[in-house]
Amino acid sequence: MLQFRTARRRWLAAIGLTGVVALALSACAQSERTDDSGAGKVGGTMVFGAAGEPKNFDPIFNDDGESFRPIRQMFDTLITYKRGTADLAPGLAEKWTPSEDGKSWTFDLRKNVKFHDGTPFNAEAVCFNFDRWFNMKGAAAQSQMIYYGDVFEGFAKNEGDAAGEPVYKSCEAKDEHTAVLNLTKYKGAFPAAFGLTALSISSPDALKKYDADNVVQSGDSFTYPAYATEHPSGTGAFKLEKFDKANKTITLVRNEDYWGEKAKLDKLIFKIIPDENARKQELKAGTIDGYDFPSPADYNSLKSDGFNVTPRPAFNILYLGINGANNPALKDLRVRQAIAYAINRDQLVKTKLPLGAEVATQFMPKTVAGYADDVQQYPHDVAKAKDLLAQAGVSNLSLKFYVPTEVSRPYMPNPSEIAAVIADDLKAAGINAEIVSRPWNGGYKDDVQKLGKQDLHLLGWTGDYNDAGNFIGTFFGREKKEFGFADQGMFDAIAAADAVVDQGKHADAYKQVSRDIMAKYLPAIPVSHSPPAIVVSSKITGLVPSPLTDERFDTVSKG
Amino acid sequence: MLRFIVRRLLQAIPTLLILSLLVFIWLRSLPGGPSGALLGDKATPEKIEALNKVLGLDQPIFIQYFRFLGRILSGDFGSSLISGEPVVAEIGRALPATIELSLAALLFAVVLGIPLGYLAASNRGRFLDNSTVIGTLVGVAVPVFFLGILLKQLFAQDLALFPPSGRQDVTIDPTHVTNFAVLDGLLTQEWDAAADALWHLVLPAIALGTIPLAVIVRITRASVLDVLNEDFVRTANAKGLQATLIRRRHVLRNAMLPVSTTIGLQTGLLLGGAVLTERVFVWGGLGSLLAQGIERRDYPRLQALLLLAAVVYVLVNLLVDISYAIIDPRVRAS
Amino acid sequence: MTSLLKRKRARVDALAESAGTSLAADALRRMARSPVALLGAFLVLAFLVLAVIAPFIAPKDPYQRYPELLENLRPDFIPGAQPGFLLGGDELGRDFFSRLLVGAQQSLVVGVGATLIGLVLGMLIGGLAGAFGGWVDSWLMRFTDIMLSIPSLLLAISIAALASRGSQTTVIIAVAVTTVPIFARLLRGAMLAQRHSDHVLAATALGVRRRTVVFRHMLPNSLGPVIVQATLTLATAIIEAASLSFLGLGDPDPSRAEWGLMLGNSQRYIDVKPELAFYPAIAIIIVALGFTLLGESLREALDPKNRR
Repeated sequence: MLQFRTARRRWLAAIGLTGVVALALSACAQSERTDDSGAGKVGGTMVFGAAGEPKNFDPIFNDDGESFRPIRQMFDTLITYKRGTADLAPGLAEKWTPSEDGKSWTFDLRKNVKFHDGTPFNAEAVCFNFDRWFNMKGAAAQSQMIYYGDVFEGFAKNEGDAAGEPVYKSCEAKDEHTAVLNLTKYKGAFPAAFGLTALSISSPDALKKYDADNVVQSGDSFTYPAYATEHPSGTGAFKLEKFDKANKTITLVRNEDYWGEKAKLDKLIFKIIPDENARKQELKAGTIDGYDFPSPADYNSLKSDGFNVTPRPAFNILYLGINGANNPALKDLRVRQAIAYAINRDQLVKTKLPLGAEVATQFMPKTVAGYADDVQQYPHDVAKAKDLLAQAGVSNLSLKFYVPTEVSRPYMPNPSEIAAVIADDLKAAGINAEIVSRPWNGGYKDDVQKLGKQDLHLLGWTGDYNDAGNFIGTFFGREKKEFGFADQGMFDAIAAADAVVDQGKHADAYKQVSRDIMAKYLPAIPVSHSPPAIVVSSKITGLVPSPLTDERFDTVSKG
Repeated sequence: MLRFIVRRLLQAIPTLLILSLLVFIWLRSLPGGPSGALLGDKATPEKIEALNKVLGLDQPIFIQYFRFLGRILSGDFGSSLISGEPVVAEIGRALPATIELSLAALLFAVVLGIPLGYLAASNRGRFLDNSTVIGTLVGVAVPVFFLGILLKQLFAQDLALFPPSGRQDVTIDPTHVTNFAVLDGLLTQEWDAAADALWHLVLPAIALGTIPLAVIVRITRASVLDVLNEDFVRTANAKGLQATLIRRRHVLRNAMLPVSTTIGLQTGLLLGGAVLTERVFVWGGLGSLLAQGIERRDYPRLQALLLLAAVVYVLVNLLVDISYAIIDPRVRAS
Repeated sequence: MTSLLKRKRARVDALAESAGTSLAADALRRMARSPVALLGAFLVLAFLVLAVIAPFIAPKDPYQRYPELLENLRPDFIPGAQPGFLLGGDELGRDFFSRLLVGAQQSLVVGVGATLIGLVLGMLIGGLAGAFGGWVDSWLMRFTDIMLSIPSLLLAISIAALASRGSQTTVIIAVAVTTVPIFARLLRGAMLAQRHSDHVLAATALGVRRRTVVFRHMLPNSLGPVIVQATLTLATAIIEAASLSFLGLGDPDPSRAEWGLMLGNSQRYIDVKPELAFYPAIAIIIVALGFTLLGESLREALDPKNRR
């Protein structure tokens, strides 16, 4: 009995304590609220809700936004983007000059820049990074370098199947602050690709000290070296303090030796909250200061509660893929055009896609150099769709419409709903689209991209850099199972456009390709561009949303 | 008896092997796979194929299985493909979270359920009794996740009394010892951490505890009523013993036996409900680990979780056998 | 753990013991006096009637998107009530009221489908065990014990998740499998209880064939408890199906009108139009409550202990 009493007393104490703490916490919140010294305030901690865990912090081994968000705060690239745009701006390189043939790039580097570990940033460091990537050993490590593979295509010694002839040749440190990069060929991706977060510059000392290349594959899994997990060392405005896996928080602190204007925040915490609804509630409860990709359904409620929902300029595309391999009717251009006319894209965009979304007229957003204003349009016109089908001699067209589940992307916030609307529109034009749902990682990508089982499918893309090739070239640059569409003329035209070095002519070439694709080929139907938004509380100022989701938090202040 | 148990344990080994093989084959013959999830949206089918080769996923399934078995035997359960962290460490963190939540829910159900059931029984047929009985029936009919969403909407979002999700506030920087957040706070004397963790527990515990609460109330009520009808209570009444004394000494004590069995019975149910509650309150427990693992086809993580389940399953099987053996000696002989 | 299992088994077995001992008329008479039973019966009946007539009384086509509702539909705004649309639109611009009505039918399909499949499989296993006894019985019962020891929702989740493609059939099967061991145990217990009862002994003594004894005498007399359990199972089946939908493991087809699915799909609109989640949820709760009330009072009515 006595024991019971003491136990109870402890309980009461605990309950009392909770109350006191709650009071204290609310008091803190109150005092913070009254302290309103205006924008640009220095100091404080911002907590930002992230949607997923980063894979690791070594830029080169990553390719997803959740890993890149913290990486972007800790690292810089040679060329960066003008805040809020996809236009190039000086980063660690103040100037970059291509040679006549575009095979050699000279970078004039910024002076007085230090890595987080205190070592100096210079031309040797830049070349060390490029050499490290080029000479990376082990199939495990190589298979993780998605962006490097995209841009530079191959390694000194290719160990995986996917790699090809290397584009990279060599890097010379002409002097302390001039690095010259030699390539085996020119690609349209340059110079924009030098701004890819994956190609951020790391400290050579730290790379060596923490065994950065040592990605170990054991069984079905990878183990990353200490550099990637605990000791990333870049030149960015924030430094890693710790990644608390139990609490799912990544804590960054201000880099006092930053080369540019120092970060305003003392601390920047990324809290991982995988559930969209929970992120919203945390923001409303005041436990986080902002989060990424609010659901379009929540814009209204967030705004009316005084939060700032800022859409990024849309730099993505959602398309309805058409695969003609399984159904000969789809090989007829008129049938594909009928599908395009049948879909009420205006209504879809208005009713189901986020505020600011636009109907896509071609396979790239407006901001991309290569976008043509005068492509053939396909406005909603059921009569015309039926007419075209009749001309093609097709009736009772029945199609398998593959739709992903368990996925949400900025370009398709809710694929099932979008698919239901499209299928309904097609029905009105006499096309029966049978929806086949597959989980995103549970067979959808395989079925659609590798096996080509579908007649129609939903897929999209977010651009990596401002080049039409990053859109059109990715989709239609070669024959793919996804579209089951092989027209050598189209492939050649894209390859020719990509090889044009002069920026103006490069864009013009792509404009023509875009016109042809919309009028002559129509291998798929562009649906929409949806601006992904970012939401912050009214206390947060200075966050500039980027079309490439390349937000840097150094200008952010909480006041 | 001991020989019987040892024999059964040895017999359990092939069962485990077969189970693990089945799990392994089932998992790997499913469409899709971890490579696509690992490489993100930019990956082409060729790159996914190449990664499959690196991971050995292109090998025949039996070769994969024997390699897997070899690693397991050497104590290597692999690392999660999502987080890159050893699976054992992940489970070591998630298991306490789930247990903590389940315990809190059970505590809520018991502390509230027994008195309520007792009160209902002693007011049999009156308003309190009737409303309690109807309340329990409604309680069982409400889907756990819907209750969770309601609680969250009301008490976290609208009234802002409780945190909407997670186990601890981000601004608190706790030391992890056992990964039971409340316990860790008490052990390290970080009182604010303990209090905060407790605060985060309230809503999920209520959501998860409601069905057990309803069941416990009903069982308590029924078994108190049973005991009240027993002869010895009538005798005590007839003897003129004080009503409170009768209740405390005779009724409650005797009524507790079926109640305690029921409480035990609820643990399995709690585990099922925990998956839903964890989802609603973004509680980093086994349920979240499983859900995320399935979504991303994280083979190492799923294998470890399913193996854990298989071990539990075999142990349960063993316990069933042992209990049969205790009841019926003939089983032992066979 | 063992005692838990025993307890779980005991609950099922207790119900089984009531087999063949009760007279249906007697039980019904007692139920008619209980307000709880009447309420349960009323709710269940109302649900069944609604499920049958819903397609005929629905004011609009539940699958069509109406221009009136699409007009103002936005991702963060779903129109409310307006002339002709009693509860306004849903997230795709369809008539929410008509969908709610028709949802009764689809929910019934899921509930009854899962229960029936579970029942048939369970009866097969339980019937075999009960009819043969011996090692068949012992092995089958060990199998059901093990299945009983897995939390049913976890089992359903695993099946649905590993089936890899969501569909209504997957959901029905996942839920059905979890009910198999309960029905199996139940029927086996009920038949076992009768094996030594007078009418079976008499039939056997008269030289009636085993098959005839089982199908003519033992099975029909075991049905009482099975019906009770089926009623209770319907309630949990509907709730479990809704839980699977909530976890994203349900039928991904947004055009189907089923309450669990509607509840699952409307999560993201909970701030936009909470009714989209609340009304299906309330419908599920009421139906589950109805079946629970009915099942519990049936159980009580059949319980020999309560016969006065």
